[in-house]
Amino acid sequence: MHGTTPASVTLTSWGWRHAGRREPAVRDLDVTIEPGERILLLGASGSGKSTLLSALAGVLGGAEEGEEFGRVLVDGRNPAQQRGRSGLLMQDPDAQVVLARVGDDVAFGCENLGVERDEIWRRVRESLEAVGLDRPLDFPTAQLSGGQKQRLALAGVIAMQPGLVLLDEPTANLDPAGVIEVRDAVASVADQTGATLVVVEHRVEVWRSLVDRVIVLGNGGGILADGTPDEILRAEATRLSAAGVWVRGVHAEPCAPEASDDQDVPPELLLSAADLSIGRPRSPVIAAGLSMEIAAGRTTVITGPNGAGKSTMALTVGGLIPVRGGVLAATPALAAGAADSPIRWHSRELLGRIGSVFQSPEHQFIAPTVRDELAAGPRALNEPADAIDRRVDELLARLRLDALAAANPFTLSGGQKRRLSVGTALATRPKLLVFDEPTFGQDAVTWRELIALFCELRAEGHAIVAVTHDREFARATGAVEWRMPVQHELVDAAGDLS
Amino acid sequence: MTITAPLRVGSLARVNPVAKLAAVFIVSVTLLLTIDWVSAVVALGLECAALAFTGLPLRAVVLRTTPLLIAAPLAGLTTVLYGQSSGQTYWAWWAVEVSDGSISLGIATALRILAVGIPAIVLFITIDPTDLADGLAQIVHLPARFVMGGLAALRLVGLFVDDWRALELARRARGVADTGRLRRILGQSFALLVLSIRRGSKLATAMEARGFGAKTRRTWARPSVFGARDWAVIAIGCAVAASAVVVSVVTGSWNFVVGG
Repeated sequence: MHGTTPASVTLTSWGWRHAGRREPAVRDLDVTIEPGERILLLGASGSGKSTLLSALAGVLGGAEEGEEFGRVLVDGRNPAQQRGRSGLLMQDPDAQVVLARVGDDVAFGCENLGVERDEIWRRVRESLEAVGLDRPLDFPTAQLSGGQKQRLALAGVIAMQPGLVLLDEPTANLDPAGVIEVRDAVASVADQTGATLVVVEHRVEVWRSLVDRVIVLGNGGGILADGTPDEILRAEATRLSAAGVWVRGVHAEPCAPEASDDQDVPPELLLSAADLSIGRPRSPVIAAGLSMEIAAGRTTVITGPNGAGKSTMALTVGGLIPVRGGVLAATPALAAGAADSPIRWHSRELLGRIGSVFQSPEHQFIAPTVRDELAAGPRALNEPADAIDRRVDELLARLRLDALAAANPFTLSGGQKRRLSVGTALATRPKLLVFDEPTFGQDAVTWRELIALFCELRAEGHAIVAVTHDREFARATGAVEWRMPVQHELVDAAGDLS
Repeated sequence: MTITAPLRVGSLARVNPVAKLAAVFIVSVTLLLTIDWVSAVVALGLECAALAFTGLPLRAVVLRTTPLLIAAPLAGLTTVLYGQSSGQTYWAWWAVEVSDGSISLGIATALRILAVGIPAIVLFITIDPTDLADGLAQIVHLPARFVMGGLAALRLVGLFVDDWRALELARRARGVADTGRLRRILGQSFALLVLSIRRGSKLATAMEARGFGAKTRRTWARPSVFGARDWAVIAIGCAVAASAVVVSVVTGSWNFVVGG
């Protein structure tokens, strides 16, 4: 790719405090990045990595958004004054698609920078090729997968020919195949453009081979470590792992073996599916002929390729959408007086029986504070006020959310939101817990906490069903794998619903 | 995404959306000036003739205009029953009075709704939102910030539908879906609003990071051209409107709404 001159970055005692916050999100940064360097930026969540990237991209906003300390310079000038010199790829694939057709979306940035029409389309084709997105220019962006959307956004960024490419957890919302897809696209782009690269990511192993320098931000400000990947990862492995960075060789302790494994008593059956057909309401059937047995004190992971219907299976098992054929029956142990088919239960009857935790926690929040959020379920069951208070206090402590009891759930960090959404399901002590990708996008600290929590839940006799791509999670929780059968004729008809 | 999916077949798909908007505007404004049935019949007849040349599949047209095909006769019937009476009265019961006057007014109303509605729907369903934005910015010279902002927001509409369904399921899972329907919908709408604002502000940041709103003069990757075909569509709109007025005035049935 021609036309790209790599940019330099200079930070001098730089810091930023968001408006309305007492403490700066980031402070006392002194860093110089030479043109063409490839940096992996690490640090615990809350150490201000995203804030720094926004500043380098020139989109941090003015004085009404917050207070700036020190100086940040790209090529010796203020980044906000030179749009297009840096390009930013963000985390959420759905939030970055601007236009309805692939070609138009890539062209969007060039248009804004006033590039001539013929040059725009030359760059569009070149950029799509560089990220390996082999789709016609008029292909609808809505039909792309998560990984493809991220590659599309990357093409849009490099079409502007920025000297500085900034990637803010570009793979956090992707499945393992999508992660590799995007990493390879970034590698190809970096080689072709020679642009300076700054990547924020938790998954060190994925990005290690691509970068030549690692910078670790300290939690209280400043730089914790700065050097080559090998140096930093060897010297700082323990500290990085404690800060939530994924480092090879640092794993969670697996759950203790199931109590029921040692005994002759078979586990108590709660829910069974026979010859089940599933599909979202108003959509075609996505899988058929499914059988599953869910027993107390057992963890089952639902695995399978994208689009095979794993999330639909979780919704069906959770009693949230009707079965499309076959039988899904709750045993008397689970139904406890309610109908034997979970979809026929009232919403309130699900409480205490089945708790579902969605992939996106934000969809499930219904209260203005963390405390009210946890109390909502027990209140719907009309439990006595003092019992609710005790239960909520216990959950707040267990999920390490006690300091945030009065906070609005939407203002929490990703890991905190995930823990809270798990907590809302636990509040009414359901016999069966259903999770959809509980470990997606979590840093290593939250991940270890989740594993420990899952082990406790199993030991307490809860049945757990979890949709996951995370093999390590399945291993550590001692789960039984239930693989979603691939059904070609059905999958084709259903598109990419997953 | 069916609500935002345009019908991209036939010769109309290649007409500049701005020309379609102009043609619809001319016909509608003219037909709203009078309430006689002659002008409506003339306009409707000419429109159907023009429609036959667009190459649009009849099935799709009927499907998309269904609400109109149902609403127009209903509105007409209401006017027959309750409209202003004159001439001979055939039937009267409480406020209902069917007379010569109310019957002709009812027919005129039904025809007028069709004559205004059908071209509007047919021209709109063939408009691609991206092409419309290009036209509005490059030909009508509306501000790019406004036009592109609106276009980007339109893409979020499809996501709202998914969000709404997820919110519905989430409320059932949280045990709060048994309360009154109205209260539930209000709570859920508020949650959708919160989610939309968050999505919107993320999208705004993404657009800003791609140079949107920069001081540089924006270029356009897709030229929006306004050629002979587009002028022809406007001319057809003018012809339909003019024929309706002329025939109506000549036959003496023109009935000017204002002051009439």
